[in-house]
Amino acid sequence: MTAASATTSFAARLPARRYLVALVIAFWAAGWVLLRGRDTLALGGAELTPLHSWLNAAMDAIDDSRNSNPIFLYFINYIRLFLDEAVTFVQALISQPAMDRPLPVLGWLGVVGLATAIALLYGNVRVALLTAAGFLSFGVLGLWQESMDTLALTLTAVALSLAVGVPLGVWAGLSDRFHRLVTPVLDFMQTMPTFVYLAPLTLFFLIGPASATVATMIYAIPPAIRITAHGIRQVSPDTLEAGASLGATSAQALRHVRLPMARQTIIVGVNQTIMAALSMATIAALIDAPGLGQTVLKALQTLDVGTAFNAGLAIVIMAVVLDRVTSAASRRVEAARRAGRLRTVRGRRLEVAGVLGVAAVLGYLSYTYVWAAEFPIEANLGSYVRRAADAVSLWAQDNLVAYTDIVKNLLTNGLLNPFQTVLAGSPWWLVTAVAVAVALLVGSARAALVTAVGLLLVVVLGLWQDSMVTLASTLVATVLVMLLGMVAGVWMGRSDRADMVLRPVLDAGQTMPAFVYLVPILGLFGPTRFTAIIAAVVFAAPVAIKLVAEGIRGVSATTVEAATSAGASTWQLISKVQLPMARSAVTLAASQGLIYVLSMVVVGGLVGAGALGYDVVAGFSQHQLRGKGLAAGIAIVVLGIVLDRVMRAATQRADQAAHGGSHQH
Amino acid sequence: MTVPSVAERSGLDIDAPPVLSVRGLWKVFGPKAESVVGSSLTRKELKEQTGCVAAVRDVSFEVRRGEVFVVMGLSGSGKSTLVRCLTRLIEPTAGEVLLDGEDVRKADHRRLRELRRHRMAMVFQHFGLLPHRCVLDNVAFGLEIRGVAKQDRYARAREVVALVGLNGFENSYPDQLSGGMQQRVGLARALAADPEVLLFDEPFSALDPLIRREMQNEVIRLHHEVGKTMVFITHDLAEALKLGDRILIMRDGELVQVGTPDQVVGAPADDYVRDFVSDVPRSHVLTLRWIMRPPQSGEPLDGPELGPDVVIRDAVHAVLSADRPVRVTDGGSLLGVVTSAEMLEVIAGGQDR
Repeated sequence: MTAASATTSFAARLPARRYLVALVIAFWAAGWVLLRGRDTLALGGAELTPLHSWLNAAMDAIDDSRNSNPIFLYFINYIRLFLDEAVTFVQALISQPAMDRPLPVLGWLGVVGLATAIALLYGNVRVALLTAAGFLSFGVLGLWQESMDTLALTLTAVALSLAVGVPLGVWAGLSDRFHRLVTPVLDFMQTMPTFVYLAPLTLFFLIGPASATVATMIYAIPPAIRITAHGIRQVSPDTLEAGASLGATSAQALRHVRLPMARQTIIVGVNQTIMAALSMATIAALIDAPGLGQTVLKALQTLDVGTAFNAGLAIVIMAVVLDRVTSAASRRVEAARRAGRLRTVRGRRLEVAGVLGVAAVLGYLSYTYVWAAEFPIEANLGSYVRRAADAVSLWAQDNLVAYTDIVKNLLTNGLLNPFQTVLAGSPWWLVTAVAVAVALLVGSARAALVTAVGLLLVVVLGLWQDSMVTLASTLVATVLVMLLGMVAGVWMGRSDRADMVLRPVLDAGQTMPAFVYLVPILGLFGPTRFTAIIAAVVFAAPVAIKLVAEGIRGVSATTVEAATSAGASTWQLISKVQLPMARSAVTLAASQGLIYVLSMVVVGGLVGAGALGYDVVAGFSQHQLRGKGLAAGIAIVVLGIVLDRVMRAATQRADQAAHGGSHQH
Repeated sequence: MTVPSVAERSGLDIDAPPVLSVRGLWKVFGPKAESVVGSSLTRKELKEQTGCVAAVRDVSFEVRRGEVFVVMGLSGSGKSTLVRCLTRLIEPTAGEVLLDGEDVRKADHRRLRELRRHRMAMVFQHFGLLPHRCVLDNVAFGLEIRGVAKQDRYARAREVVALVGLNGFENSYPDQLSGGMQQRVGLARALAADPEVLLFDEPFSALDPLIRREMQNEVIRLHHEVGKTMVFITHDLAEALKLGDRILIMRDGELVQVGTPDQVVGAPADDYVRDFVSDVPRSHVLTLRWIMRPPQSGEPLDGPELGPDVVIRDAVHAVLSADRPVRVTDGGSLLGVVTSAEMLEVIAGGQDR
């Protein structure tokens, strides 16, 4: 009774709520017209607030205590030494001169041989050939050493991530309590924009391989834990029960039932961990991590599209090779199971011995002879690639500029500028009041509280106007992501053919390290805010599209059939059945899209987005701006939390409304 | 009408102590489950007042050695919970489960594992096979986890695989087998441990009707060959009547009736059971004992003789072709007579008695 009347009154209030939001927006517009330019808390690029100076001083103090504070002396410094040594060791093996040699232990021939052997033994002939070709191309592009540096960093981070992540994942798979404990931590690790924790890390681990490894691990451990836990958890309860009924101890159930049944999933986790690590290992160039990331970063900073493209290409090739090899390895688990006893153990041993023998010979050659150690300069075609990319970029800028300018101006003037003018041009208290009111109306009281606290925090951080400029870009990018997500997602969810065409593209988009996008986009649009937005859209759209498609596919076939048999047109089917029923997927797509966009804010700062992204980037390079950069990083996280909470509250409210509505009938 | 006792019908020794004895068993799901034990509220009242669901309420029964004991009920009646309480795959809330006089509920973890490894084995509805192991390794799994050496366990597994008719499939993987064959693997796995009691949780529900019948016959055959005590859960009345020496009928977690198939059909305990068995052709289940009557004076008593436990269907020809009443005798003494009138009534008349 009471519940029914409550839902009735709630439903009755719904339209009014919508009008209230409109009213608040109108009020804001009026306020903007009257109070434009007042209390906007603008802060110049080199200007600092007392807080920023204080942060600078605090960071200096931490720097100074590195060799006196016991936490550093007995804990952090050891971790740093260990990580540095680990990376240096792998580098000595494959990339850097070491052990009184002018060259690394394994030369190019040895590395190519070993990589191919591994691909052959864990994957198949096809990926082995791909691996050989891919590794050779690093040398051909003239980036052998840089590539090996990236590989060394990635492999070290992956090995450490798996060593930590897989056992924790198994634990999280077995224990509900630990799973509950670790999930929000992982959420936080994954949603925190990657660039934000780079600078603080250098405080503790200094600039260089150790910080880069920690940053990469922060990014790469969550998938290892999550996917392992998922694999352990998804083991069929029927099978587990059967094991228990036969008297298996929990250790036996883990060894004989859970782990073997989760093995394929765990290898998928390894794949995800490797991809995450590679992506982060490139980004870590911002804190002086060695490798391809450095090359791209330097080229981006000097707007040298050709060099950036060349190095970007090497990153993509490495991503593709690593992805294919690990995917093939996970499929091989299945195949090996199939083959069962048909293949003899002896045959496999012979194969392993043979392949490793060949690799060992190649390794020995590359250890002993210079020709096999140093990639021949004659085979270096990198300069051609660079020049070709430069030429294409120039051509595109010259010839496509008419079209790209139309798009750019349309979006900039039509969407971005109005957003930015209103957000950054209104008094801070007006924006805050409006945001809190909207959060209250579409979300919940709690969301409103988070909004109020978050925005006040931004004010305290002294970066109000920069934050509003960033927020405008973020919102525009998110709108674009959702447009793309809805259109492509619905198409993909409804058509198998579209799925077949789009999915590999999206997969490629997701596995490619973020830096790489910037290169062609930069080539087309030059360094502007708009470039940053497009880069963010390219980065975030695949996730949104996939989630929407997943939701559309998840709609029960019976319901769709019922609607079709009732005579619904395609458009009615989409708008009245599939999208409403996939709504939770769509909102999830929106919030994930938003988080992905936010995590690209800093990258945007590299290509002319300004605002918070620039503050962070400047903090990396200029000592006196470190404090401001840290504050900007915090501001990005705060914005993310506020947007995420409001979005979640709004989703929850909409779900409840839909639920209450359906109950009334 | 007198209700025949089990002992008269089956050859089981009812004086021997039961293998499995369940007394006052409760399983309550929900907060403060213990406090609900003993409550007489209906399921709905219970849910509303305490938030608890009593899946098994005060169930007591005994299973005799060598018997096929069927627990039957619709979905949600608590039968699967009940069978899981027997080996504590689900922990009972109250009551006793005695296996050869030993209280299973008092066993510690180690003892419970011993029990599961050696004395009770279960066959599951969805098989619960390990997809990454071949048939032989699946069957040997129970032996492996109790530490039997490789050679010995494979030898035993091969034996059982042959017993369930899976010769030649030892190296196949579960997903290469049909549902019926997968369940044979499940059966073999349970048999491999040579347990005293076999528990079946709706083992054939997921199979199509033809395979189901084949598997039922397989169980009957195995029961003849290995003579295990079996507790068999099903929602299929025909299956219960076909396999069960005795049938326990459950509703809403409560025991409604325990009896032999002809007792359940011939003398339903209440309207629920009556409704349940109303579609069963009575002549297929009831025996002559159920329809015989005392001879009337003047009736000729020199007709053919039949035993009291002959199923009516099997006596039709003899009774209808005789020109005088058929005598129902047991060990020479006359129990009653049956004529075509009684036969036709039960065959044609049917349901209401």
